[in-house]
Amino acid sequence: MVSVTGGVVHKESDNALRMVAMQNDNVLSMRNINKSFPGVQALKNVDFNLKKGEIHALMGENGAGKSTLIKILTGVYPKDSGQIFINFDGTVKEINVKSPYDAQNIGISTVYQEITLCPNLTVAENMFIGRGNYRMVNWRTMKKKTTDILTKLNIPARATQQLGTCSIAVQQMVAIARSVDMDCKVLILDEPTSSLDEQEVEKLFTLMRDLKSRGVSIIYITHFLDEVYEICDRITVLRNGELVGEYEIKDLPRVQLISKMMGKDLDDISSLQNKKSIDEKSDASPVYEATELSSLECTNPFDFKIHKGEVNGFTGLLGSGRSESVRAIFAADKITGGKIKINGKTVKIKKPRDAMMHGIGYLPEDRKRDGIVEDLSVRENIILALQVMKGFFKPFSRAEAEAFADKYIKLLGIKTASMDTPIKSLSGGNQQKAILARWLLTNPQYLILDEPTRGIDVGTKVEIQKLVLKLAEEGVSVTFISSEIEEMLRTCSRLIVMRDRKIVGELKGEEMTQANIMHTIAGEAV
Amino acid sequence: MGNGLKKLARSQLIIPLIALLLIVVFNLIRDIEFFSVTVKTDNSGNSVLSGNLISILNGASAVAIMSIGMTLITSSCKGQDISVAALAAIAGSVFVSVLRSNEITISVIILAFLLCSVVAVLFSLFNGVLVAVFKIQPMIATLILFSAGRSIAYWINGGATPTVSSPLLTSIGGFIPGIPIPTPIIIMVIFLILISLVLRFTNLGLYTQVVGINEGTAHLNGINPVWIKLIAFIISGICVATAGCITVCRIGLINHETLLLDAEMDVILSVAIGGTALSGGKFNLYGSVLGAYVIQALTVTLYAMKVPSAAVKSYKAIVIILIVLISSPVVRSYVVKAYKKLFKKQEQTEIPVKVS
Repeated sequence: MVSVTGGVVHKESDNALRMVAMQNDNVLSMRNINKSFPGVQALKNVDFNLKKGEIHALMGENGAGKSTLIKILTGVYPKDSGQIFINFDGTVKEINVKSPYDAQNIGISTVYQEITLCPNLTVAENMFIGRGNYRMVNWRTMKKKTTDILTKLNIPARATQQLGTCSIAVQQMVAIARSVDMDCKVLILDEPTSSLDEQEVEKLFTLMRDLKSRGVSIIYITHFLDEVYEICDRITVLRNGELVGEYEIKDLPRVQLISKMMGKDLDDISSLQNKKSIDEKSDASPVYEATELSSLECTNPFDFKIHKGEVNGFTGLLGSGRSESVRAIFAADKITGGKIKINGKTVKIKKPRDAMMHGIGYLPEDRKRDGIVEDLSVRENIILALQVMKGFFKPFSRAEAEAFADKYIKLLGIKTASMDTPIKSLSGGNQQKAILARWLLTNPQYLILDEPTRGIDVGTKVEIQKLVLKLAEEGVSVTFISSEIEEMLRTCSRLIVMRDRKIVGELKGEEMTQANIMHTIAGEAV
Repeated sequence: MGNGLKKLARSQLIIPLIALLLIVVFNLIRDIEFFSVTVKTDNSGNSVLSGNLISILNGASAVAIMSIGMTLITSSCKGQDISVAALAAIAGSVFVSVLRSNEITISVIILAFLLCSVVAVLFSLFNGVLVAVFKIQPMIATLILFSAGRSIAYWINGGATPTVSSPLLTSIGGFIPGIPIPTPIIIMVIFLILISLVLRFTNLGLYTQVVGINEGTAHLNGINPVWIKLIAFIISGICVATAGCITVCRIGLINHETLLLDAEMDVILSVAIGGTALSGGKFNLYGSVLGAYVIQALTVTLYAMKVPSAAVKSYKAIVIILIVLISSPVVRSYVVKAYKKLFKKQEQTEIPVKVS
């Protein structure tokens, strides 16, 4: 009985939604999109609207859900719930995108940061491969059509030229031209400028403006704020898988955009101030001190020190160089220069093992790539670092290893079927706890935690922050990095602010407010 | 008991064990006499064990020993060394050339073995440096020695295929007077014990697997992936030298063209059957050794069935296709799904009964 009326109600709301979705000359409207992965809700009731002939920036920090939203739109992931409507030709249609190929046929194309075309084929060949045409190829028409579209869009490339001989920017333009030739109505550009120089970016923008005037709607994903303000019409901001809002570019100044991406509106910030007491212990010599430290990935030499029991943080937007800096401290990348003192004594730290032997622990940003050893058990993953420090010829006995693992599984409350379970079958949060256990087991004097709270549930996030504070009380120095500025304000007593791979400021105690951080990042006076 | 079974089902040993079991059952049905072991008197008057079982264990020794090194290389480098058989020919040639220029005594044999081990390790390290330092695909890197190896072996003995004969060598390739078990089996057992001790008293197993599964993590936890890979190649070099010497002793001559010809594929296959993914990562040395015995058991069975020797390889191929298919992830997940479906259906049929 319930189901019958339910169906009717659903249909009515369906129509209503359809009406709402398609007002304001939207060409695309995503409604109430939900998506969860094991352990994480990646998108919660997210709406997204795209107007005809606009350039729309999709903004958010890592893990905000940008790429998940795009992947749902292009059929890479199926959505859990929600609807996608299009209105390309005056009629509103609900679409169900099953694959990227499907999306292409509907008229939604994506150009990724990495070129996904074939560099060793000609431009013309690249324009026409994979377009569902399995019949004989007519090379002459192909060449002519390609030349036509290249001239139409003002792209400096020849049809017979090998794609690999073009610059990255031109390759990207060819990819865009390919989408345009396939009659795409919605073009998604996923960080296209990250490997382009200024002039190339300008060329790309000219092309984008041209497409806009031809009525193509563009979804633009980037981490560069300047570009957003230069080329975009509207902005949608996501944070933690939730929609923060949809804004006209003129209504949203830079600082507000940053605050929206990082959390908390500016209005709420003042209430959070003054909670922090200064617990700087600058009289003793620092636990770790680096001068002019640089590595292959962190080319701007920087100075850094941390005292016993201090918690500090590196903050800045994605790509600002905060991870590269802490990787340099741990010697995770090749060290190219700098002096390091541990407890006042000059030491050499050239490789991770040196850092470990001096009591430094490092929990990497990318847990999957650098943290866990997927196929090995939780026990082996926990003892790994201590085992390496103990030495190749001195393996722990099974009993010792089990005792260690058991102690930390209990201490951190790691939820696992047994200590012999492969770590890959644990949830993200529990994997993170296991890696944390690995470093706690080494009893470090200085622990670097790069995004320890990313991609894990709220409960575990809080537990990890509490743990950081407890460690500091016990005299361990901690560097804590998080994309969530609130977490850093709660845990850190000193913040180092970075922009464009350089340290641009340092905030202590009273100065540490969200407003201050954002102003420092934006490079504007407070 | 149930728990033990479950553990076994998840372990990497399950596939070689099942394969071995199938071959055994097949032979039991075909001819129960297949497994009979008899005591015979050999040419030199020793009473020795003889029978198919012994010839399986004996014949597989060289491949089994080489599969130990191959397992470590596979696990850490995510690829295979296809030059092991060619390298065995080089080692064998060095072994013979030292023996021929001296009077054969035990100390000369030991010296010859040590020398050929050093040579094999150096060549293996050449492969290792290409793979670990220059990051060349293992199969491409080892292709060099695969094609050049037998030519180098040819050059060592001036193009001849010299014979060596001495009762001492016969006792290494065959039987030590008074001991009824073939010596290669004993050497294999010694190798197994040695490698178990190495795994027990060093972190070789852990480090190798960490490097093979996630080099990034290995680096950030203070393990040097380059060293671990080189160690794998060094161990493989020693294994290959041993296998080469055993084979030389068994046949009493070195023929650089035919010594352990095509054995590298058998070695790689034993690693695969043994449950180590050829894409690296978790390994099982005992599985690889067991895999070598599976292959040899298959060969001996086919010979016992009077399959012409030219046709043996194609029959072998059919069985191997079956084994590899069974262990493929697609089939495995299909089996798991089918099992779950069956299990779920039972649950669903149970629920309404409980409600009513």
